[in-house]
Amino acid sequence: MEIVGQLQKQFVDFSTSLNHEGFLDEQYLQLQKLQDESNPDFVCEVVSLFFDDSEKLLNNLATALQQQVVDFKQVDAHVHQFKGSSSSIGAQRVKNMCVAFRNFCEEKNLDGCLRCLQQLKHEYFLVKNKLETLFRLERQIVEAGGTVPVIG
Amino acid sequence: MEYCNCFESPWPADELLMKYQYISDFFIALAYFSIPLEIIYFVKKSAVFPYRWVLVQFGAFIVLCGATHLINLWTFTMHTRTVAVVMTTAKVLTAVVSCATALMLVHIIPDLLSVKTRELFLKNKAAELDREMGLIRTQEETGRHVRMLTHEIRSTLDRHTILKTTLVELGRTLGLEECALWMPTRTGLELNLSYTLRHQNPVGLSVPIQLPVINQVFNTSRAVKISPSSPVARLRPAGQYMPGEVVAVRVPLLHLSNFQIHDWPELSTKRYALMVLMLPSNSARLWHVHELELVEVVADQSHADMVKQIAKVAVALSHAAILEESMRARDLLMEQNVALDLARREAETAVRARNDFLAVMNHEMRTPIHATIALSSLLQETELSPEQRLMVETILKSSNLLATLINDVLDLSRLEDGSLQLEIETFNLHSLFREVLYLIKPIAAVKKLYVMLNLSPDLIEHAVGDEKRLMQVLLNVVGNAIKFTKEGGISVSAFVAKPDSLRDPRAPDFLPTHSDNHFYLRVEVKDTGSGINPQEIPKLFMKFLQSQPLATKNSGGSGLGLAICKRFVNLMEGHIWIESEGLGRGSTVIFIVKLGIPARLNESKLPFLHKGPGNQVKLIFSGLKVVVMDDNSVGRTVTKGLLVHLGCDVLAVSSGDECVRAVSYEHKAVFLDVSMAAVDSFEVAVRIREKFSKRSDGPFIVALTGNTDRMIKENCRKVGMDGVILKPVSVDKMRSVLSDFLEHGYLVESQ
Repeated sequence: MEIVGQLQKQFVDFSTSLNHEGFLDEQYLQLQKLQDESNPDFVCEVVSLFFDDSEKLLNNLATALQQQVVDFKQVDAHVHQFKGSSSSIGAQRVKNMCVAFRNFCEEKNLDGCLRCLQQLKHEYFLVKNKLETLFRLERQIVEAGGTVPVIG
Repeated sequence: MEYCNCFESPWPADELLMKYQYISDFFIALAYFSIPLEIIYFVKKSAVFPYRWVLVQFGAFIVLCGATHLINLWTFTMHTRTVAVVMTTAKVLTAVVSCATALMLVHIIPDLLSVKTRELFLKNKAAELDREMGLIRTQEETGRHVRMLTHEIRSTLDRHTILKTTLVELGRTLGLEECALWMPTRTGLELNLSYTLRHQNPVGLSVPIQLPVINQVFNTSRAVKISPSSPVARLRPAGQYMPGEVVAVRVPLLHLSNFQIHDWPELSTKRYALMVLMLPSNSARLWHVHELELVEVVADQSHADMVKQIAKVAVALSHAAILEESMRARDLLMEQNVALDLARREAETAVRARNDFLAVMNHEMRTPIHATIALSSLLQETELSPEQRLMVETILKSSNLLATLINDVLDLSRLEDGSLQLEIETFNLHSLFREVLYLIKPIAAVKKLYVMLNLSPDLIEHAVGDEKRLMQVLLNVVGNAIKFTKEGGISVSAFVAKPDSLRDPRAPDFLPTHSDNHFYLRVEVKDTGSGINPQEIPKLFMKFLQSQPLATKNSGGSGLGLAICKRFVNLMEGHIWIESEGLGRGSTVIFIVKLGIPARLNESKLPFLHKGPGNQVKLIFSGLKVVVMDDNSVGRTVTKGLLVHLGCDVLAVSSGDECVRAVSYEHKAVFLDVSMAAVDSFEVAVRIREKFSKRSDGPFIVALTGNTDRMIKENCRKVGMDGVILKPVSVDKMRSVLSDFLEHGYLVESQ
């Protein structure tokens, strides 16, 4: 049982730090609330969806910005989508990055956009990493026989 | 047959007789000819003669007679047969006409006679009418006199004048020798001689009121003939002469004290005056009925009328005054109204302009600031030289400051124009305090200050209120405490306020009310800092003022912080104030806010502590059919999950067409994400509305948006949406939205 306790503590600390560092905001906590017996894998499903969606969007963005004549409206549309999905999940830093990205799109600043794309990718992978760690911890706790604590 | 009536000689012995006959015939003829001429002449002269025909006949008769006699003249001598014939003709004609005339006259003469009788009759009638005219004229004169008299009486309000006028006019009208008025004394036991017509200075005679003659007069409203020798009639020294007939009449006296404006009193008052009128002694005049009537009328009128008139005039005057006053007031009001209206319109324009400006600024300013902050923080994570790091830190600090400033200004202006509404929801009170402390601990640690938190044991864990704003207030207060403390520390205590401790003597208009589902949270933040001069305290809560001694380079902020806190606290129906014993003695900020106690019914407290499905909640919404439209897969899944968690039966679609197609009578609500680029959600809303003939048949349409812009709300309302929810949506918010719809039929708080 100690292991469970330790794992749980680890989980809590990690979750709290994620929150404080701005990776995940309250929206993520809301998602966790939606998970119940009738929907036990809700968070996991949504997050997976987010990963798929994001990777697609990042590819589209890369393609769009590599065109001879860049269609900034299209780029903006993609970023808008990304912003929407990241805010639905609570990936705060990703969302903020999208906001900055959109500004560059409005200004039709190609260099700025490219730089933003890089940073966006960076942020996205960071948060993906964190989320995967979080899920792994959860699995470990469940496997060790404990219940995953809820951050309230 | 011829015969001749001739004589042998022209002048036989009977010559004289013959001569006389001849002459007479001649004159008869003459007369007979001249009579008709005369008649014709005179009839022509007179305009009226109805019997022309008769005249003609008569004339003819006469003329023929004359002719006969004339022709007769020729028969005295030898005459021819022609003459005889003519004579005969004439005689025959005359005979005819005469008979005719005689017959005619049988008709005519009675007629003529009746004309005469009629003429006589008319003459009599005319004489009668003449007499009557005379009578009427005299009556009219009398009436005129009465009117004139009453007019005189009415035209003055002075009692003396009235009575005097009455006497004078009566005297004149009736040609009186003397007219006197006896007034009752104050005691009512005697009558004093008050006025006389001829004698200007009455001697001051008085008679007792109980005389039989006086009683007689007082008991009737008619004028009574009295004996000239009765005491009231003896106005001159006795023996001088015998006055003519005397008449006395009562004059009712009304007291103004008996007088009510709307209730003309009956003449049941017992106070009367006595008026005595004497005819001249040297005339044989007697009192006539109409004269008596005149006297009665006048006596009745004089006093009663006077009083009535006084009252009427008084009322009219006061009405006029009131009317004038009210008209003036109304004019003034109208002017003021116009001015106020203008001022209001100007103010509205100004507010609208400001709101428009703010709406634009809201979005425009926040975005770049956030971008700057985001990028600067990212920059911090990269490899930087110490100089660069310093620069980036400065950029970050400045940007944060700017962001706070913008937020403050925007918040304050929204607070001021009353458009800010608290976002009420259930939250964890204890964790709010812990969070605040957690945030300021680092700063306090740097300044080597201690931070103490003391939560009273009877403070409930969860409360209903605006968590964000409460935290803002607390952070502001605690931040200030830290800012102005150089050594020592700060202590934060929170407890449930007792009723008597709620009243702050300095804020007499803060009247906390009590109820079962609310409580008052009292927070005291005490610091050991530099303190505040008590006189400066009121200024602290005013915008943009920094008290001079405290403004150092380190103190940032626009000076809005405390003002905003005060506004928020007021919005939460609370009160905030500062106590300090003076400079260097530290200070304590105390605020009290009203928070709700979460009800146990809909809100299950379980979600906060452990994973609980909240089974009761699910039952309420169980099977509620809803549609979710969002083209973003992640967002769509999240919203769907949210609604499923609440027990709804959710259909999730990604396009507008699909949404319109899918919506049916069974669906109670449709959630449209309005931040989609490709789909015009407003159009979708309109199409959904069109799908149902009656609005009540269709579902509730709710917009989900991440944009706080007020234009969005306006547009949503215009297209007929029932509500707007701000993303991200928490479970509690969605729950309350659904409850609102089911319970009230509309969204209570569209946040």
